[in-house]
Amino acid sequence: MSERLLTVENLEVSFSAYAGEIHAVRGVSFYLDKGETLVIVGESGCGKSVSMQTIMRLLPMPPAQIKNGTVLYKGQDILKKTDKEMERYRGKEFAMIFQDSMTSMNPTMRVGRQMTESIRKHQKAYGTEAKKIAVDMLAKVGLPNPKQIFYRYPHTLSGGQRQRVMIAMAISCKPSVLFADEPTTALDVTMQAQILELINHLKEETQTSVVLVTHNLGVVAKMADRIAVMYAGQAVESGTVRQIFYEPGHPYTWGLLGAMPDMLQSRKEKLYTIQGTPPDLFAPPVGCAFAARCDYCMKACLKENPSEYTDGKGHMVRCWLQDARSPKAEAPEGVIPIPLFPEGGALNG
Amino acid sequence: MKKYFLKRLAISIITIWLIATCSFFLVHALPGNPIAVNSSKILSMETMERMTAYYGLDKPLWQQYLTFMNNLIHGNLGYSYKYPGQTVNGMIKSTFPISAQLGMQAYLISIPLGFLFGIAAARKRGKAIDYLLVGFSALGVSVPVFIVAALLQMVFAVQLKWLPVSLWRDFSYTILPTLTLALGSIAGRTRSMRTLMLEIINEDYMKTAKAKGLSNFMIVWKHQIRNAMIPMIPMMGLELVGMLMGSFVVEQIYAIPGIGSYFVTSIQSLDYTMVLGLTVFLGVFVVIANFIVDIIYGFIDPRIRVTK
Repeated sequence: MSERLLTVENLEVSFSAYAGEIHAVRGVSFYLDKGETLVIVGESGCGKSVSMQTIMRLLPMPPAQIKNGTVLYKGQDILKKTDKEMERYRGKEFAMIFQDSMTSMNPTMRVGRQMTESIRKHQKAYGTEAKKIAVDMLAKVGLPNPKQIFYRYPHTLSGGQRQRVMIAMAISCKPSVLFADEPTTALDVTMQAQILELINHLKEETQTSVVLVTHNLGVVAKMADRIAVMYAGQAVESGTVRQIFYEPGHPYTWGLLGAMPDMLQSRKEKLYTIQGTPPDLFAPPVGCAFAARCDYCMKACLKENPSEYTDGKGHMVRCWLQDARSPKAEAPEGVIPIPLFPEGGALNG
Repeated sequence: MKKYFLKRLAISIITIWLIATCSFFLVHALPGNPIAVNSSKILSMETMERMTAYYGLDKPLWQQYLTFMNNLIHGNLGYSYKYPGQTVNGMIKSTFPISAQLGMQAYLISIPLGFLFGIAAARKRGKAIDYLLVGFSALGVSVPVFIVAALLQMVFAVQLKWLPVSLWRDFSYTILPTLTLALGSIAGRTRSMRTLMLEIINEDYMKTAKAKGLSNFMIVWKHQIRNAMIPMIPMMGLELVGMLMGSFVVEQIYAIPGIGSYFVTSIQSLDYTMVLGLTVFLGVFVVIANFIVDIIYGFIDPRIRVTK
């Protein structure tokens, strides 16, 4: 097994708001090994971004509050670091690519300045040396005339170019972990593919570990080594791509996979949706958060939140169906995709 | 860039011409006889006629207008009706420097203090210093100038006897009027800067800056303050002009022989030349200030920088 970089254990984060306390993350656990890509999927508001920003300690506190949990990075508990100590981690060890590249760059500062800021801070390279590093990075992310782009302002770049600059900025100090928070949401489909390709390529080249947040399952299959499915502030299932796609154990995962549009589907057929809405995180349910929307809901599901069931191969499912006392339930037909490349290929988890 | 300057210059000249023309006809549309108004005695018919002819008021309006414009182009603003023998140019020359000094002092205090207070309040949001500064700025914005002036005179001049009550002699005489004039401006700027700073804090690029591992100081200094200042810039030019042009109230209370009071009194006394002279003088300043502001604005916010 490769080196364990990051372990998140039972992380709980909440926000105090006027109407009360929002339990955004309610006990998330996952880990990340060196050089692997972990994809976190889940619907909006399930705590994906909050979990990542908590690890980088980017959330303003208050209103955010870490209620519980540990985040171990190379054996150090990140949550115990002071804000000053975190400065050494941010940018250097962890870097983040944000969703909207337009608003994520300072509009009044040249691209070059925004890049060299962190280069100066973390690599102690100044002046032309820092510029050289930045220009190299811009070239590395596939931007034409990097020297010219160095002096451009963000508003003069296209969306794809800006996202490339964001990536260049993020990897400029060779971070060990790259967090990508829906990096392709603001881009059109062809650009999405290119950006993902780029992230994948850079990851392999620099042996960076990537945590990618998305709600696009197509992206997941292409990028991931392992997947964590999140729902209402908890990881409900996690495992390798193969495990999640071909042996999904949680009804929510079944729903997600079933909701994926299928190229072979007839036009008349309605797209599958998971009925209902996610629970109100002001007052999370006592039992399983998914119970109200689950076709397989049992009495136990309403009374108590299931614990995590992990099999011998590291496939975790947080569902009472996994319990030995539960009736057997299989993923409904049509949920598990037909393998296009049974031997090897993109899905070789 | 050169083309832009030339274009701006042309627009500026047209603006000033419009100001002069409009105010010329507006002033002449005011009811009342400027000669009669400005005389302490009841004048004989003959004297009235002679005076009217002396000032050229007997000629048709269009002819008066052409004369006015011709003089204006040559920089001659004419004789005051109210103060016999005094030219408007001379009046401006003797009173404007006083108002300008007062205004400049107030401006130079209010800019750094306003920004500083706003930044401090935003950085320490919800702490005692924030409440203190917000309270101060609410007071500063809402309490009228004449009350502030009277209070300052009362405390620092009458009770403590640290500073003179009024008049305009050496530097110590300038302190109280400067503070009076600056207070409202400091208060207003504190409020706006605080609000803008708190808006910027929620911008995504602030999170990016933090994610890069920059220190708090760098994030605030390089990313937050600069972007917060952008919307403040357009106001600053006009504010400077307003301050340089003197304040009627402040100059009255402190008995300062500045230009501010003439703005009001010259209209009351139908002093045509004075009204027109001061209006054009002010107009030129506003046009220049706006021009400078536009250039600075483009310098700070590249998104609106002038294209070549």
